[in-house]
Amino acid sequence: MNPRSERSSAPDDAATADVAGPAKSILGRPAVRRKLQAQASSAWRHALLIGVALAFMLPFVWMVISALKPNDMVFSQPIQWWPSPPRWSNFQEVINYPRFPFFRLLWNSIFFAGTVTFGTVVSCAAVAYGFARLRFPGRDLLFSITVGTLMIPTIVTFIPTFILFKALGQLGTYVPLIVPKFFGDAFFIFMMRQFYLTLPMELADAARVDGANEFRIFWQIMLPLVRPALLVMAVFMFLWTWNDFFGPLVYLSNTSQFPLTLGLYAFRAQRDTYWGLLMAAATLTTLPLVLVFFVGQRYFVEGVKLTGTKG
Amino acid sequence: MSGIRSPWAHLSAMQRREARAGMLFVLPWVISLLVFTAYPVVASVTLSFTDYSIVQAPNWVGLQNYATMFTGDPSFWPAVRNSLFYAVFSVPLGLVLSLALALVLNMRAAGMSIYRTLFYLPSVVPPIAGTIVFIVMFEPQAGLVNTLIRQVGLPAPAWFSDPAWSKPGLIIMSLWGIGATTLIFLAGLQDIPKSLLESASIDGAGAWQKLWNIILPLLSPVILFNLVMNIIGAFQVFSQPLVIGGTTGAPLESMLMYMVHIYRNAFRYFKMGYASALSVVLFAAVMLVTIVIFRSARLWVFREDDGSGT
Repeated sequence: MNPRSERSSAPDDAATADVAGPAKSILGRPAVRRKLQAQASSAWRHALLIGVALAFMLPFVWMVISALKPNDMVFSQPIQWWPSPPRWSNFQEVINYPRFPFFRLLWNSIFFAGTVTFGTVVSCAAVAYGFARLRFPGRDLLFSITVGTLMIPTIVTFIPTFILFKALGQLGTYVPLIVPKFFGDAFFIFMMRQFYLTLPMELADAARVDGANEFRIFWQIMLPLVRPALLVMAVFMFLWTWNDFFGPLVYLSNTSQFPLTLGLYAFRAQRDTYWGLLMAAATLTTLPLVLVFFVGQRYFVEGVKLTGTKG
Repeated sequence: MSGIRSPWAHLSAMQRREARAGMLFVLPWVISLLVFTAYPVVASVTLSFTDYSIVQAPNWVGLQNYATMFTGDPSFWPAVRNSLFYAVFSVPLGLVLSLALALVLNMRAAGMSIYRTLFYLPSVVPPIAGTIVFIVMFEPQAGLVNTLIRQVGLPAPAWFSDPAWSKPGLIIMSLWGIGATTLIFLAGLQDIPKSLLESASIDGAGAWQKLWNIILPLLSPVILFNLVMNIIGAFQVFSQPLVIGGTTGAPLESMLMYMVHIYRNAFRYFKMGYASALSVVLFAAVMLVTIVIFRSARLWVFREDDGSGT
């Protein structure tokens, strides 16, 4: 009983208050208070955000700071927050270090990530279109199997695939790392299908009535519509391939063939104490991705919305 | 052949044309499923019953690899324990932290897109580079972390040099890379209707009540998705423990994660049969955990259509 009576009396109080006092001061005072509260909570929010952002940026910042220190100053006591003078020559030294041929490794990474991205985007755009917009017997079963394969740990298919490529004489080449990606990727087929399903059916139907074949409909009508999703896929695939480590570790054996991540791993295995140089190498391995990240930033956030996580 | 023909019999000429085109579109993926998924899965299971060193033909040994695994391999159970320890702590901690972070990033504040960029940035750092940075920061004597801990007057652990502290170190490191999970939560949060939260505020619900009674139930399908993906990922953690502990999982096998154990058996010792058996067991474990989670999902995942009637 009590809550109900309280609630019913509330409007009366407000009404009497409105009538009783001069309207301006009563409306003005809570507004001022609200504004002050909003400012206080806004300051509190920014303090929280800046604090957490600093914690997340710290390892990144520490990597760059350490990259500018001489090897014996990386672990100096007390902590040296800014190297004086910054040793820019670390970068020069790492680039000229024969066991870490930076430009060669950089090119390998760009080639590796670039071709895999191209193959994935082309194949998944086509395959997902088939799943989303064309009807054929067994389609839904095939799609369920596709989603099911996402649960298979990579290593289960990796060992026999390795044996297969060894029998084909392809160890020590990029063939095993690139060719399979030209046949599609379960995760991106799933993602692209979701995206095709959101497009209106009428466009394709109209073209079909006009006598256009399915390939023209796909190429001229559908692909331009899904361009944002293709860019999202490209940005993510480039990033993941750049960071891929297991595949190159198993298949490649010459330093001159390594992508940057594997080159960094090998450098660390040989030069355990050259900490400043190692940090410079780590920074150089990360830098191209940070550039890709800032250029394609918008697509990272959009990409998550496209993955359709409600399933 | 008649089994394949019959579904075609009902189709009109136009439908047949569409079906043919559809099959042509998915053909590359069907080839991939057969060559790079179905065949390798069958081959892995078959190889797991053999002794196969690659240079010589596989030799059928029946269940011996599985017997060796459970009774004869001194590193098997440590690897299982390490991976379970890692998954049990890193997955829930990562989920709670990334959800909290998503709630923070979902607030209204000026310059929010800059903050979101800063939070996601660590997630694009290559795992190898990130791990090397953490090795430097966690250096026991003069690393940044321990220097700061000592300044506050607390005892500083030896992190990656101490078998008792190496896995906690790895777990802390894994929390640095929660950007992707956070972004997925953030997308889920933005799907929650604002009107729902506003009417709850008007009814006098506090922040905690809104979180518990509205946000979490509506977000539960996203939590399920992240939980499953992160567990599958945690079971397969490889690059970070390899960089820290090498193929021996130093110190004292405390960094010997299950994937590292498979890697060294397959590509260092070339025991392809035994490594296949190890990966089949991993597969079974992942399937089991996934099924259990999906079964339990009926109890805690909220479906919007369930509530519509009441």
